[in-house]
Order: sequence, then structure tokens, then C-alpha cells
Amino acid sequence: MNQRFYDVEVFWRWSRWLKSRRVQRKNAYFGFTQKKFGVNIAAAYYVLHLGGSFRFTDQSEWVHANSRGKFSYNFLNTPDSTIEEVDLSRTLINHNGLDNIVSQKTLRSLSVQGCPNVDDWFLARLHVFGESLQELDVSHCPRITVGGLVALQHLRKLRRLDVSSLVGVSSPSLVRILLEEMLPLCEVTGAEYDQGFVQHDSMGQLKEDTWLETRSFPVCIYPAGSEPRLAPSHSGEFLFLQAA
Amino acid sequence: MSRWHKMLLSGPGYSALAISRVVHSWRFSLNGSRNFSTGKRARKDFIQDLEGQFKAIREKAAAAMPGTDWSPVELRRDLPPDRADIVVVGGGVIGWSVAYWLKKKERVRDGVRVLVVEKDPTYSEASTVLSAGGIRQQFSLKENIQLSLASVDFMRNINEHLWVLNEDPIDLQFNHSGYLFLASESVAHIMEENYVTQREHGAKVTLLSPAQLKERFPWLNTDGVVLASYGLENEGWFDPWSLLNAFRRKAMSMGVFHCHGEVTGFTCTTSSRETEDGDVLRIKRIKYIDVKMPDSREYQPVECAIVINAAGVNSGKIADMIGIGSGSEHSMAGFSLPVEPRKRYVYVVHCPDGPGLESPFLIDYSGVYFRREGLGGNYITGNSPEETEEPDISDLKVDHEFFQEKVWPHLSHRVPAFESLKVTGAWAGFYDYNTFDQNAIIGLHPRISNMFLATGFSGHGLQHSPAVGCAVAELVLDGGFRTIDLSAFDFKRILQQEPILERNIV
Repeated sequence: MNQRFYDVEVFWRWSRWLKSRRVQRKNAYFGFTQKKFGVNIAAAYYVLHLGGSFRFTDQSEWVHANSRGKFSYNFLNTPDSTIEEVDLSRTLINHNGLDNIVSQKTLRSLSVQGCPNVDDWFLARLHVFGESLQELDVSHCPRITVGGLVALQHLRKLRRLDVSSLVGVSSPSLVRILLEEMLPLCEVTGAEYDQGFVQHDSMGQLKEDTWLETRSFPVCIYPAGSEPRLAPSHSGEFLFLQAA
Repeated sequence: MSRWHKMLLSGPGYSALAISRVVHSWRFSLNGSRNFSTGKRARKDFIQDLEGQFKAIREKAAAAMPGTDWSPVELRRDLPPDRADIVVVGGGVIGWSVAYWLKKKERVRDGVRVLVVEKDPTYSEASTVLSAGGIRQQFSLKENIQLSLASVDFMRNINEHLWVLNEDPIDLQFNHSGYLFLASESVAHIMEENYVTQREHGAKVTLLSPAQLKERFPWLNTDGVVLASYGLENEGWFDPWSLLNAFRRKAMSMGVFHCHGEVTGFTCTTSSRETEDGDVLRIKRIKYIDVKMPDSREYQPVECAIVINAAGVNSGKIADMIGIGSGSEHSMAGFSLPVEPRKRYVYVVHCPDGPGLESPFLIDYSGVYFRREGLGGNYITGNSPEETEEPDISDLKVDHEFFQEKVWPHLSHRVPAFESLKVTGAWAGFYDYNTFDQNAIIGLHPRISNMFLATGFSGHGLQHSPAVGCAVAELVLDGGFRTIDLSAFDFKRILQQEPILERNIV
């Protein structure tokens, strides 16, 4: 409809603008809070403000907002405790918001499962936690692609990485193998080895990848019809699948 | 109600009714749709047939003069408008970026009429799309670092800047692998100085020792490497065509005129000024710019107030067309634009055992670079030839000997896995080489009072394009740089013979 009527187009533009402004405001830099209460409280407040939850280093219970977005301000009493685990699943965090928690050098676990605004630039920014981050969950983020996952190489301490259901990654199994090679100490979960590896040519014949065979990874051959989605033609990845 | 509709739509046909309404509206303004005139039909038929008659005349003329496509009526639709405020010569990424920012900064709707002239709509020889597409902050000049950071910021929010309604969001296919520069003993001190400058301006760069390097990249041979600098954030490579297309699409949606044609000449007025030494200096001002249509001798003079020379490799040629730099007046040689095309080869190699996902955009101190391309063990690589061995620039043929002699030995020395590579493809591209100091020239030309230059980027044009476009638009519309001060890149430095050189390690 917006192709026909200019006023609909304008409303469309407005709604988009309002949406992006909401994300921007949610992820604004809490400079004043940092100056007044210190970086730790600012980071804690930011996480709760977004609707996430966290756990302080010296405490065992998680702090989170209730269903109406209200939370207790007890964390104001402990300005020196740093955050160890953060769960920001299904929140509006983006790469700008990360500025508020980069001060937490003890961050050990971060979950950004299902965040619509987490993209490659967010992942590229995570190198600040290179010396501490051990667990990362980026599953179900629609905007993450391979170009961002390569930036995780700076996280040398990473032990667990969840990359399941990334729509932007076209061949999850290959990416998993490559990620495991890149981070040898890290356990990558979420993508099965057999996802998107089998390809039919026009004759209905099965094609396997020679490269895979040489590396002796298990390949599951799907019967025709029940095949998982294939890699779309994407410069190099396409070449790879054509190699057979 | 439906009966009325039927009545309106029946009869001699709805379109005929519409025509007669226009013609006789003064007479039947009360009941607009019905027409009781008796003389109407004949006149209407004449108008209706007019087009058919014109067609018959054209066919008759074509039959009388076979072999020509002459026509009494102007049929070309792709001519540029005959008047524009600002003409951008060159529709590469810089040209479109400048056009976009000009439209973005205009205060009222249609405040400036911007025309972009591009010679080759297929971009077959354009430097933009034939480049390796990298972006880095590891420069030594603060202007270059700032330009890079501003451009990265633009690309990060590219969908807020360049998204067009009813189109897909822009996917730059940005690959966040940093640049890894390797330094030998003789250049390590330069790298350290550069590192300090880069950190000062906010680039996220780190220095690595050979031991750390070996630990991070086990496939790398660190012989001869004393120090390495590695970009942590905001560095990598992207798809140049996506960026160019995004700029073009957005600028056109904002009302930029574009035309496919070649600039063949200028009509200028000349005025004389006296210098401090008492010499008389001729200052030119462009009035008209002649745009020749492709595959035809037809050209259109476009009246313009300001010309922006963003023609990349051909910008030197464009400036020479106005007749500066070739005159007999003394010291005029200093006025010619020192930009010329240089040819660079890019080779695509396949190596299944090569470095994996973590492979950075590696630049060795010998000048050889490589980067990963896709996930299937493909890499692109190349080297800059010696100044004395510049290849012939008349065409874009690839010299495969060059790979065997100058690229492969260095490459396989640095990464032993590359000894078993296979070249699967290659291409050559031009870049607009500034022979004076290999840096951009941005600003007014001193002898042409309305030509702005944005050229001579010597290989960094693509990565700096968003920020440069903004800077040039500020220079044109605001009269000075607002966000990034690029006055160091002014043409003045060529007149004063003070090159600002990038302190490179290669």
C-alpha cells in the first residue's frame, strides 16, 4: 500500500524512525550514572533497564527485573562488586549498548540469545572481554553472519559457544567446523555437522564434498526430499560446495 | 448509483470522455462528463489520430532515408538536464557518496540540483569494484585514521543512512577480520610510532611479538618478523559493489540526476589576477560542461555552478581538459593534477590447507598481502610492483608471470601452506595514484575557481568514501570542513612542494 500512497509511506517511515529511536534510547551511554555511582552500578542498572539479569561475582543469586520491569535498587549498596554473568536474552541491546558493560573486566558469561539488534558489529566489539569471557550464547540472533563470527577469535578464553539457529549463517555445519578450528579450546554447540552439507544436482544425484571427506568428518546423507536447507550462492561458500 | 456509473462508462469510451473533458471543460463545467457538442467527434478524431500520423511520417522518412535513425522529434531520453547546480564527474563510490551527502545536507527540498556523470554504466574498469575492498585504521596520518573511523561508523549504521523505503536492507557483507601488518627489524620503530598515533585517535590496534603471533596464528612463519600490529575492531573487508549500489540507490531516491556519458570538454570564462610577485595569473571558471552520449556524437552542454572532480583514475585527464598545467606560463607545471592510473593485479588462489576462519588481512613487509575469500579455502592475494616496473596501463590484462616471480615466493615464505596453492582466477584493476605523495587531494583547485577535487586516494578511496563525501559536501555547502579537518589534503601542498607522506612499513 505504501507504494501507492505517500501518506502511508510517511507513516511507515515514522514508525521505522520511532523503532530505531527506541533502540537508540535503550542503548544510550549512561555517562551520568557512571560518573555519579561508578561503572559497576551503571552496568548493573543498564542490564536491568534493558530487562536482562545478572549475577555479581561474590553472590550466588541472580538479580533481575520482575514481569512489570520493576527491580529493587539493592545493588546500589555494593558499588565495588563486579558482574560475572549477564543474561540479556531477547532484549534490545546493540553494539552501542555494549559501551555500558565494557568496564566489567570479570565478565565470564554472556547470553544475547534472540536479540534482534545484535549484529556483526556487536560481536566485533566483544574483544574487550578477551581475557575473561568463557561462555557466550549468540543463538537465535537473526542478524549475525559469518563475517561477525570470525571476530570471536579474540576471545582466547572462550570455552563454550552456542551458535544455534542463526538465520544469517548459510552453512552452519561448515561454520561450526571452522569455528572449532579457530578456537581449539572452545566447545561449539548448536549446529550439527550434517546441516546443509548434502547437495543435489539437477539429475537428482547426491553430491558430497571432497574436502569434507579428506578431513574425515561424519557426513549424514539425507534421503531426497527431507533435506535441510542448502547454502545459497554466496561468493566463496558457493565455490566450496561446487568443488565436488 | 450503479446506473450512473454505467452511463458514464458506456458510450464512446471512457478515455475519449476524459479527453473531451479537458478540451471542452470551459463549456461543460456544470455537468462535466456528458458532452452534447456535434462538432466534437471530428476534432477528437483528429487529436486521436495525430500520434498515428506522426508515426506514419516517421516511417515514411525512415523508408526514404534507410540506414539513419534521424528523426525530427527528439527521442533520446537519457540526455542529462541542461542545467544543474553541481556536477559530479565520475560515478564511482566517491562520486555517489559526494552526491548523497550534498542532497543530505541541502536545507530545503530540491535545494541543489546534483548531476552525476558516469562514463561506464557497467563499471567494467572502475577502481571501486575491482579493489580488494579492505578497510583499516592502521595509517600514520591522523587525517587518514579519522577518515577511516568515520567511515566505519557510517558503515555500522549504514541502514539508518542509506536504507531506501521498499527496498531490502543493505548487507555490506562486512567481514570483521583485522589487518595484520608484519614489520621487519628496519621498520619496527615506524610501526611503534604509528601504533601510538593510532591509539591516540581511537583506533583499536594491538602490537604482537613474534611469539604471540605464533601462538595466535600457528600457520604463520615468523622468520624475519620483529613486530606485528593487529587491528582488533572496525577493520576487515566488505563488498565494494554493495556500498556503491547503496550510495547510488539512495542518492537517486533523493533526487540526484544521473547520466551515462563522457565529459569531453568545458566552456570556461577567464579572469586575471595579479600575484604578490606581480605575475598575472589566469583564473578560470567553468560555465558549461560538455557531456557526450555513449555510442553517439551527440553531446549536451550542462550549465553548472560547481564541478566536483571525482573521476578517480581519469581525474588528471579531466583537469587537463580545461587547459591548466600545460600552459607556457612559468611554474604552471605545479598546477597540473598529479594523479595517474596505476595497474594492480589481484589473484584468486585456492588452497584447501590454508589458514582458516581466523586468517586476517595480512600485509607482509615485502608488500605481499592476502585475505580469505569465502569459506571454501579461497584467498585473494597480490603485491605492489616496484616503481620502476609499473605495468602497462593501456588495458586490464593480467600478467601471470608477476604472480610466479613476485607474489608466490614471498607468500609461501610467510605461510608455508601456500606452497601447494592453485591459482583459480585473477583480475587487474586501476587505482588513482597520486604521484606526488600518495594521499588524497581534497579541496578547490587554485586555478579553477569552481572545481573541487576529491581524487588521488591511491588505494584508500573505497574505505574512506563515506567520510570523504561528507567532507566535500561540507566544503561545498558550508564553505569549510566541519566534522573532520582535511585542510592538510588541500591542493596547496602541491604548490608549496610539501608532500605529506604516509609513513608506511611497506
